Amino acid sequence: MIVENSQSVLDVVVAVLLISGALMSLAAGVGLVRFPDLLSRMHAATKPQVLGLLLFLLALAVEFRSWALIPVLLVCWIFQLLTSPVSAHMVGRAGYRTRHMRRDLLTIDELDDVVEKAARQRKDDRRKKGAQPDPG
Amino acid sequence: MTVVAYVVGAILAVAAACALYRAARGPSILDRVLALDVVLAIIGAALATRMVVTGNLDNLVFLVVASVVGFIGSVTVARFVTDRK
Amino acid sequence: MIRQRIPLITELPLVIWLVIVWGALWQDFSPGNLLFGAIIAYVVANVFYLPPVELSGRFNVLWAVPFTVRFLFKLVTASAEVFWLGLSKGPRLRNAVVAVQLRSSSDFLVTATGHALSLIPGSLVLEVDRSTSTLYLHCLNINSDDDADTIRRDVRATEAWLIRILGTKEDLALLRAEDRFAREREARS
Repeated sequence: MIVENSQSVLDVVVAVLLISGALMSLAAGVGLVRFPDLLSRMHAATKPQVLGLLLFLLALAVEFRSWALIPVLLVCWIFQLLTSPVSAHMVGRAGYRTRHMRRDLLTIDELDDVVEKAARQRKDDRRKKGAQPDPG
Repeated sequence: MTVVAYVVGAILAVAAACALYRAARGPSILDRVLALDVVLAIIGAALATRMVVTGNLDNLVFLVVASVVGFIGSVTVARFVTDRK
Repeated sequence: MIRQRIPLITELPLVIWLVIVWGALWQDFSPGNLLFGAIIAYVVANVFYLPPVELSGRFNVLWAVPFTVRFLFKLVTASAEVFWLGLSKGPRLRNAVVAVQLRSSSDFLVTATGHALSLIPGSLVLEVDRSTSTLYLHCLNINSDDDADTIRRDVRATEAWLIRILGTKEDLALLRAEDRFAREREARS
């Protein structure tokens, strides 16, 4: 009886974990459709997945309850922690540099000033160098 | 458990439809690659659900591999877009 | 190609991590398997050469546990918030690019901070200025300067946590001095 009860409790836990994990995927989907520009879509697409994968892996761990499984699941999640910011950063940087984002949606842009200044400086440098032939 | 599997499947299907809509719609290649990343994550989620329902661990390796190399595609596209400018 | 010799001690964390991955993938942590994994890890680390990662040599577990709890808590709340923003605000969302200057100048710590911030929904590292260790973050749902200030304070707090866990001794001393200064100023006012 007790065994049966704990089994059904575990089933409920697994069900809750699976459904909330699926909702995180849905959050990514809704964000992808509803958000106005590339960078805000990026927040929706990459971040809830970190929690989503964690919930799915937890569901697997609770369902199978085997010690040999825990390290694999942990390694899987840690790898995702290590790699997902890399892709987010690379795509975000590419989006910002190639102006695939909508500037009018930004209330503050502190990077823009820095970029402008650097571009102006580079132009000045080139003008100064202009008299001599380019070495490279 | 079967009911849960259907509910999860339905939610994932809606999410995948949203992601595929964005992948088809664009407007930029970065949007598409981002949307396809989400599709990959949803496939992983569906496989995890399948593992829970059927009770075997055949697809676990896919989850690990996807979390290790899944980012390479979008990084490649991002570099390509930045360099081509 | 001239390779810089890496001392074994800097290579050790990488090798240990690779052995753990090896054992986890085989789902077998018996000594024989681990030994074989260690040999492969050592060969891989030397044949596929990467520049060494300079760790600070400190790791404080006492601070790491509450940090993990805080991280998971923020992960959950922020994921829910992104979901809610997608449903309620959608296309009317306003964002900002905020510059935050960090205290530490160590590459490792700046990377760790950027990573932790990027993982939490709502902030995303766009660019890093290595010379001044400034992070340029893209943040969701920023409507005023106050919101931006909240983000800045939050980022500096995350960095402070990471310094306490794995920062260098110099950064830790800096942080302590800052804390003391803040306390004194509070006492005076």
